[in-house]
Amino acid sequence: MDEAGARPAAAASTDATAPIERDCLLAVAAAADHRALEAVRVRYFGRKGEITALLKGLGQVPADQRPVAGARVNALKQRLQEAVNARGAALRAEELEQTLAAQAVDVTLPGRSRPGGSLHPVTQTFRRIADIFVAAGYEVVSGPEIEDDYHNFEALNIAADHPARAMHDTLYLDNGMLLRTHTSPVQIRVMEKRPPPIRVICPGRVYRKDDMDASHSPMFHQVEGLVVDEGIAFADLKGTVVEFVQRFFERDLAVRFRPSYFPFTEPSAEVDVQCVHCAGAGCRACGHSGWTEVMGCGMVHPNVLRMVDVDTERFTGFAFGFGVDRFATLFFAIDDMRLLFENDLRFLAQFS
Amino acid sequence: MKFSARWLRQWLPVEVPIEQLCAQLTNAGLEVDGVEDAAPAFSGVVVAEVRAVRRHPNANKLSVCEVDGGGERVAVVCGAPNVRTDMRTALATVGARLPGGAVRAATVRGVASRGMLCSAAELGLGADHAGVIDLDSVLFERMARSCEPGANLRAALHLDDVCVNLDLTPNRGDCLSIRGLAREVALLNDVAAVAPPWQETVPIRIRSDAVFPVSLDNGRACPRYLGRVIEDVDLSRPTPLWLRERLRRSGLRSIDPAVDVTNYVLLELGQPMHAFDRDRLDHAVFVRDAAPGETLTLLDGRELRFEEDAAAGAPPLLIADARGPLALAGVMGGARSAVTPKTRNLFLECAFFAPPAVAAAVRRFGLRTDASHRYERGVDFALPVDAVERATRLLVDITGGRAGPVSAVESAAHLPRRVPLRLRKARLDALVGEELPADRVERILARLELAPAASGDGAARVWTVTPPSHRFDLAIEEDLVEEVLRVHGYNAVASRLPPAALPLGRLSAEELAQARLADLLVDLGYREAVTYSFVAPDTMAALAPGATPLRVRNPVSSDHAVMRANLLPGLLDALGNNLARQARRVRLFEIGQCFTPDADGADAGGVAHHVMCGGVLFGRREEHSWAQTAAATDFFDAKGDVERVLALGGRTAVFEPADDPVLHPGQAAVVRIGADHVGRVGRLHPRLEAALALPAGVFVFELRADAVLALRPRRHGTVSRQPSVRRDFALVLAQDVPAARLEAVARRALGEVLAGFELFDLYTGQGIAAEEKSVAVGLTLQHPSRTLAATDIDQFLRRVLDAFARELGARLR
Repeated sequence: MDEAGARPAAAASTDATAPIERDCLLAVAAAADHRALEAVRVRYFGRKGEITALLKGLGQVPADQRPVAGARVNALKQRLQEAVNARGAALRAEELEQTLAAQAVDVTLPGRSRPGGSLHPVTQTFRRIADIFVAAGYEVVSGPEIEDDYHNFEALNIAADHPARAMHDTLYLDNGMLLRTHTSPVQIRVMEKRPPPIRVICPGRVYRKDDMDASHSPMFHQVEGLVVDEGIAFADLKGTVVEFVQRFFERDLAVRFRPSYFPFTEPSAEVDVQCVHCAGAGCRACGHSGWTEVMGCGMVHPNVLRMVDVDTERFTGFAFGFGVDRFATLFFAIDDMRLLFENDLRFLAQFS
Repeated sequence: MKFSARWLRQWLPVEVPIEQLCAQLTNAGLEVDGVEDAAPAFSGVVVAEVRAVRRHPNANKLSVCEVDGGGERVAVVCGAPNVRTDMRTALATVGARLPGGAVRAATVRGVASRGMLCSAAELGLGADHAGVIDLDSVLFERMARSCEPGANLRAALHLDDVCVNLDLTPNRGDCLSIRGLAREVALLNDVAAVAPPWQETVPIRIRSDAVFPVSLDNGRACPRYLGRVIEDVDLSRPTPLWLRERLRRSGLRSIDPAVDVTNYVLLELGQPMHAFDRDRLDHAVFVRDAAPGETLTLLDGRELRFEEDAAAGAPPLLIADARGPLALAGVMGGARSAVTPKTRNLFLECAFFAPPAVAAAVRRFGLRTDASHRYERGVDFALPVDAVERATRLLVDITGGRAGPVSAVESAAHLPRRVPLRLRKARLDALVGEELPADRVERILARLELAPAASGDGAARVWTVTPPSHRFDLAIEEDLVEEVLRVHGYNAVASRLPPAALPLGRLSAEELAQARLADLLVDLGYREAVTYSFVAPDTMAALAPGATPLRVRNPVSSDHAVMRANLLPGLLDALGNNLARQARRVRLFEIGQCFTPDADGADAGGVAHHVMCGGVLFGRREEHSWAQTAAATDFFDAKGDVERVLALGGRTAVFEPADDPVLHPGQAAVVRIGADHVGRVGRLHPRLEAALALPAGVFVFELRADAVLALRPRRHGTVSRQPSVRRDFALVLAQDVPAARLEAVARRALGEVLAGFELFDLYTGQGIAAEEKSVAVGLTLQHPSRTLAATDIDQFLRRVLDAFARELGARLR
């Protein structure tokens, strides 16, 4: 009160306010943090603050001078408050910046997540195959890997003394059953269960008594396809195979059909595809022929249809079978089939 | 089948360049597997005549030959024992390039040598390096027209020839000869096949009346048997080079004139034959079944013993004499009657054995020969008459000798019957998918020697045909469709897509579910493995103790001798291999069929198939990273993944402590859905970890895919709109009370009011008695239709705590 009272008359004068303004602005500028700024605020705008005192002192200013003095003091107050607020904003911005800086991370460090796994390339290949056929109206059916002689051979028109049995080095179980040498027995199992029209693919593991090498394995995977309906002809088989091959490889590869022999089809054909590596120019992978053999197929043999009581005059059909592993090695450019069965994580990780 | 292109050309009425020939064969279903040069590249080698042979002055084993190579005579030092005056042989002149290197003028032990006389091996014409090549024997037959001294050896021996490897399908036994191939190539070029180039040389003159009796006891297995005695042969004479060359270019070695000639006829005509030493045959030849207990030592030294074997079918067919077995009919001759260089008199066999009889013997004894290969597929039953004449001609020409009359026995009723077949134009077009011109079809049928007789017109046209005796694969109309189509050209048929009048395709529920299962495991960080379905018996026994595995009778190796009863052998093997390759964290899974004996499942041949989904976990819980803990995988990692898998099916599964010999006794759970055991999860038993050379801490799980994925129908349930309250408790209870029982008790006590149960802490140690544990649970209570009052809540909590105390001995901590 003393101090405030000491200069009441001066409150309105420029002489009296100028040092206050100067001191205050200096103090605001010098305030290094919110506490210091708050102290400045209290010193000038608190209940006992200097500006507060000036405002209170206006009552003692002669009435004629009061409007001028009042206006001056209020203007001063506003200026100084703005200065304080501005300084406050500056300090807050500074602090935020510091906080943000302190919270910065090295964004180049690896993220924290559970790494994904991968499907085996054979599975991925099978899914590509299935997608194409399912879209064309095929159903996917599977069957047992341990088969009987009837389904694997006899029903497929391969009698016991048939030389074609030598083409299938069969693995037998002690109990007389055998490991299916192809997925063709699933054809029989499907036709035993339902009448035509039939349009199925049958994927699965098959077995032969082969030694393991870069292009052979005693266990591999096949997809069998079967279409039986009225009016199915060799031309339909050709169209289906060409369409499938070109969709699978996503290229308009040339496809060639060669007469061949399978006991369960007649006429029978082997299908060659223009080598995917050299586009038919001839390279080591295709034995310089420009062609890669990819599947066997043909019109279902009437003996096979008769085995499952299908009227061979009314219905005809085609069947095809091919190695999924072969398609996988071609598609992914895998040069050694053994890699598919070694389950080396470094190999599998390439198919993530 | 490997053949010389030049040999085939001599049987062809048309000139077909080799590339075109190969393309024609491949496109007609006789796949060309490869083409190789008949001889390696060499140059500067000429036919030469040896004028004089002198001993080398400074070396015992060398001679100095004066050689006429067409120009001036040159002196050549030679080490061959067979070199002789007036002999014709091969001279590599100075500057010649041989497969082994260049020939230079040299001085050998002080004598100048200008060139080199060559052995067959030095020219890359076989393995014979015992002496220089003897060109004298070339001098008959057409091969050696220009064999005068100075003639280029390549031209003289027609070495700029190629050998073609054919990969023949089993139905085309008729193409296993030069004559058969010539017939086929003529057909493909739409020309008539030619008669054998040697036709005028047979039949031959009978100069002996020697016969040897043949008794045909099994006409079904051997409908036709021709025999002929050839007396006074000299088997020490060499087989002429032209014949040896043809054998060589077909992949056969020269043995002696008798064997070489029978092999030659086999290659040329497709007729297997056998030559016996007549003087080692006793009384007569019997074509009969083997009697139990008989034995036969084959030419290759193998001993066969014929036992009664009901499973193998009829007894094998033998050629025997009064003393016993001589040969396994159609497969291989025996040692006792084999010809030797001293053989004077031959008995030549030329027979038609029925394909099933030979196939059965091949299968039973695992013997495959060039003869059985042809008999199994079917040999032209009209051929023996020609073949025996051809072979006799060659044998007499090469070895001298006097041929006796052919004695033939046959069982006409058992000769293959060629029944007429019908080919309907309409059926042909329907199967092909487009119309083939009738005249083209008819021409093809005629070229196929099917003698077509046509009737009807247009689509109603029908051809009646009779297959020739050399074709064994034409039995039904579709066989004729294939014949016509393959000659017409598979690639000439336009492609089309089958009409899509069928329902939309679909994956089976099983396939879909398996794909979903695989995708989930992939997302959980597993990599998919594909392991062999046959595994090592000892590993399988260790991983399925007490079970009887299905054994493979003829496994690829002893490590693949039983069928897997579960997925563990393959997955653990894959784990071991990866650890050996320095992998440190492993997550692998496999989905596949497993097999167990099933006495009741008569339909499936006593085999139960199970589709299993298995996984193996090893190493850190997380990938090694700056951000992750280094904690090792434990039981709950495996269980957590299994829970995620089970959640796919949406059915409630229960985990119970398992007594499983494969798993750690304290870290093993069986997974149950209802009353069904659908799988297991746990740590591999440390005993097995050690036995399989795996480090400690291997976790595995295995689930029956079908049971897990039998999806429960999903139905919408109501969601309560009432507020919920949560209360947490720390309970102390005995160590051996399974945690799962807390939830079960709480559910029973609170029923529908229990909206959530959370087990969020487990503690043992300081402050808790040794045999006890502290478990923190959070219960969320919510009434389906009203707000719970404070008094209700207290009442429910009292009820559940009472139940915990009463049923589990749990008290508040």
